[in-house]
Amino acid sequence: MAYLAVRGLEKSFVTPRGTSHVLGGVDLALEESEFVAVVGYSGSGKTTLVSLIGGLLTPDAGSIVLDGAPVAGPGPERGIVFQQYSLLPWMTVYDNVALAVDAVSGDLPASERRRSTEEFIALVNLTPATWKRPRELSGGMRQRVAVARGLAMRPKVLLMDEPFSALDALTRATLQDELLRIWGERRSTVVLVTNDVDEAILLSDRIYPMTPGPGAVLGPAIEVGLARPRERRHISLSPAYQKARQGIVEFLRACRRTR
Amino acid sequence: MSSAWTSRVVLPCLGIASVLVVWALVSQLAAPDLPGPLKTWTESRRYVVEPFFKDGEMNQGIGRLAFYSLVRVGKGYLLAVAIGTPLGFLLGLSRGFHQSFDPIIQFLRPISPLAWLPLGLVVFQKSEPAAVFTIALCAMWPTVINTAVGVQSISQDYLNVGRVLKLSRFKMLTKIIVPASLPYMFTGYRLSLGIAWLVIVAAEMLTGTPGVGGFLWQEYNSLVYSHIILSVITIGAIGFVLDRLMGLVEARFKTT
Repeated sequence: MAYLAVRGLEKSFVTPRGTSHVLGGVDLALEESEFVAVVGYSGSGKTTLVSLIGGLLTPDAGSIVLDGAPVAGPGPERGIVFQQYSLLPWMTVYDNVALAVDAVSGDLPASERRRSTEEFIALVNLTPATWKRPRELSGGMRQRVAVARGLAMRPKVLLMDEPFSALDALTRATLQDELLRIWGERRSTVVLVTNDVDEAILLSDRIYPMTPGPGAVLGPAIEVGLARPRERRHISLSPAYQKARQGIVEFLRACRRTR
Repeated sequence: MSSAWTSRVVLPCLGIASVLVVWALVSQLAAPDLPGPLKTWTESRRYVVEPFFKDGEMNQGIGRLAFYSLVRVGKGYLLAVAIGTPLGFLLGLSRGFHQSFDPIIQFLRPISPLAWLPLGLVVFQKSEPAAVFTIALCAMWPTVINTAVGVQSISQDYLNVGRVLKLSRFKMLTKIIVPASLPYMFTGYRLSLGIAWLVIVAAEMLTGTPGVGGFLWQEYNSLVYSHIILSVITIGAIGFVLDRLMGLVEARFKTT
């Protein structure tokens, strides 16, 4: 069985205007240290998928198994980097990250935890902003804190929910490059959910296109045959990049036409 | 002259001056028993320039009287906050508690201090605790309700962070729920203080305890009407300052 195995995941929401069937049987599998992306149109149910794997929502049907254990409820072993950062505004950068460090390694001595917190802040290049509060930071810096906090949970799998979608294009590119570097150093297991095809190709090993809802499912996985370490400048011209891009775009377009 | 100076100093002074004119006119033309501004000042002069003199239980400088009232309000207010805050948290956190007690709170909230005070006297037998009880009971509701609303309106995003980190109930409360609802709580605290100060006059009038309100009622009975106006102005001025101070504290928490 895969490290993270998602099988037949279904989720509907009951709203005053009727039931909306968001996910209609999602299958997803990834191995340890893999970086997998899910790409789909906005509103197709990507955030719902992240919330389900994260345990914040309960599926109507299907199963999620991580490292041999079925998922029930949220937990730091499935760290989430939220789309809207969700930093606690009354805490400094340090305290936001320390909250995660303390939550997962409360039994370590204080000095050890402090060192660990500082390390995660340094990892996202935010040491100069350690004692600032989120409102004093730019969007890009806030999202770095969110990434640091996600990593500080020392998750078995890090779930990233359109982490860079709220940023301007230049900042987004910088953060993607940094995520690429960090992943290269740590080889965390990551599920990235995004509506940005190029972001998915740049960062991930494998991409699942998501059909537009209602009743969204994932299409067949597309392998990104790009060697690592990758560099933004070189990859966009390579045939492997073009092939992956074409595969995803064609799948998503075809889904849209049939609807 | 800058327009900021005009709007912050000149215009308010104009407003005060026009009220003084209306007051003088009313006392001259319509209500001969009402002392005008000048008479009020001459008869109150000693109470203001020597604010801490004491000639007897009810004949004291206005500063001393205000101090008694402030201490009394302080006691009632602290009691209100001490009871109201946890009550607000319970209401906000527990649906069952909310359903059990929200109706009774909505029912108790509009009851006038004048109605509570006799009950306080019956229960406590003494005027001082009865006054404090009345202040606390009337001033509590804005704290209760704002705290409850603050807790209920905490963004699900913040709570999700706590859930993912599997924070203990205690940490969830201290790290997320309390800080997130602080701005609401302080709005409640400010409104509660305003009400506590509003109640003081009624409480002191009915119990005859020394303080600004007690002094006001006593001077009414002794037909020294200018001192009623002195008391009214003092009550207004202190209420204004208290509100501004709480406003500053509140603004500090709003920015987070």
